[in-house]
Amino acid sequence: MTTSSADKKRSRGFLKEELGNPERRTAYYMVLPSLVIILIVALIPIVSSVWLSLHQATIVQTGAFVGLQNYITVFQDSSFLSGFKNTLIFTVVSVFFEFIIGLAIALAINRAFRGRGLVRAAVLVPWAFPTVISAAMWRLMFQDQVGIINYVANTLGLINQPILSNNTLLLIAAILVDVWKTTPFMALLLLAGLQTIPGDVYEAARVDGANILQRFFQITLPLLKPTILVAVLFRTLDSYRVFDLFWVLSNRQLESLSTYVYEGVRITQLQFATGNAAAVFIFVTAFLLALFFIKVLGMQTSTEE
Amino acid sequence: MATATAGKGQSGGNTLNQVLFYVFLIGFVLVSLFPLLWVFKMSIITKTELFASPPTILPQNPTDSSYTTIFSDPSFQHALLNSTIIAGVTTVVCLFFGSIAAYAIARLRFRLKSSVMTLILAISFFPAVAIIAPLFKEFAQIGLINTYWSVIIADTVFALPLTVWLLVAFFKELPKDLEEAAKVDGATTIQAFQKVIVPLAAPGVFTTAILTFIFAWNEFLFATTFLFDDSTQPVTVVIPNFASQYVTNYGAQAGAAVVVTIPLVIMVLIFQRRIVSGLTAGAVKG
Repeated sequence: MTTSSADKKRSRGFLKEELGNPERRTAYYMVLPSLVIILIVALIPIVSSVWLSLHQATIVQTGAFVGLQNYITVFQDSSFLSGFKNTLIFTVVSVFFEFIIGLAIALAINRAFRGRGLVRAAVLVPWAFPTVISAAMWRLMFQDQVGIINYVANTLGLINQPILSNNTLLLIAAILVDVWKTTPFMALLLLAGLQTIPGDVYEAARVDGANILQRFFQITLPLLKPTILVAVLFRTLDSYRVFDLFWVLSNRQLESLSTYVYEGVRITQLQFATGNAAAVFIFVTAFLLALFFIKVLGMQTSTEE
Repeated sequence: MATATAGKGQSGGNTLNQVLFYVFLIGFVLVSLFPLLWVFKMSIITKTELFASPPTILPQNPTDSSYTTIFSDPSFQHALLNSTIIAGVTTVVCLFFGSIAAYAIARLRFRLKSSVMTLILAISFFPAVAIIAPLFKEFAQIGLINTYWSVIIADTVFALPLTVWLLVAFFKELPKDLEEAAKVDGATTIQAFQKVIVPLAAPGVFTTAILTFIFAWNEFLFATTFLFDDSTQPVTVVIPNFASQYVTNYGAQAGAAVVVTIPLVIMVLIFQRRIVSGLTAGAVKG
């Protein structure tokens, strides 16, 4: 791209206008510290990750340039592929159930009732727990010698081997724990969204003879769409990055994209370069996911009223 | 608030509906709390009872032996202290930088405002695992590895979107006239911020502090990446390791998990209203 003198003049005019005005200058000074920290701790490292992923890098040196070789290696690595598959299944299934159950709960408790405070507190408890601690708690309950869930599932004939020793059962267990932990959060967000829908809209629809299903699909869902998109996007990206839950619940057995990266760059360090390639892959795909929600589904991102 | 929206007329005198509703609520509350209650039960029973098959529903001979075991473990005490330091300092640092930036975004006019906000919020979608390798190298070069600061700095960046988002929402609600009055009386922007906004915004700032603290208390990835031994490791790193340290002492593992969640449960019980208002402040406009 060429910078014409007109462009230069315009950008100089822009700077002059923005920094010449004392209020605006103060504003820039005030946001600058946060931007600098973000730049140093998040943006420079991600550029550095991309750079390392294109080299035969180790933890101590950058090494020779190898182009996309690390990415090819990653996509031929069976443990990366199984991590990718687990992550996709986990994300789709857990977000689906969290949304459906969360919406049902939100609709059910969207009214005045006694014991509201108690319900709210109970809902917040799983949310407030550190993920690793809830994973450790559930692991104790899935345990084959003392675990209540393993005992019940075994008695009912649902399983024929210990839950913690089988990766499919572990993935199901991980989804269960995630649904337990984050459905309340989803319900709270959706409930807050429901409460912004004015009651007279429903009243008017009822007068016009709309039945409960029509009211739900024609009023509730469309008006709730902005909240749904925000909640589902947050949960999707969170599940897509899953690390703590898999790591602790399965005691490092079950692989996700994130555990693959972590093992590569932090535990074995032999796969430092390929680990970085996988890291860049997560970053790019997460970015595309967010973009999909914003552009295709029309999520509002503006904070201006 | 909710009274206006739904349920009017339908549930008027319908007692069956009411009963079903409360059955549903009780079931919901029980499912939410079950793991905590069950693990607490595991922590207060004897080893024999723990391994009993079928398992007992209520504890037969409660004992505190699990708790004496873990509280006499210095690594557990350290971990609690480390978690408190890391989460506390992260909260303070985050609120400092976050409130300055949020004030500018909520109150001042400047052209790049929406770009700045987008950039800060984009960090909340940022997969932290994508930068642990370069960040580890950076921190190792400047000698931050295995210090509190490595985790505090990384946590601060990832908690900032939450802090800024909440504070912007709270600051926007404050009446604008007061600041303008202060400015007419000769106060600078900074003075108006310190003398007028900060005291008025205290409840919102407090809510933000609670949520930031919980975020930092719960963080695991950075802590397990940058911290090597129990002089600096927080509970999120130490407790999962108890599974290999107290191999078959499941009671002690259960006790440790319960102790760590107690401060959070207490915070949730006391501040539930604030937490909910904070959690939903960002996602819902209206």
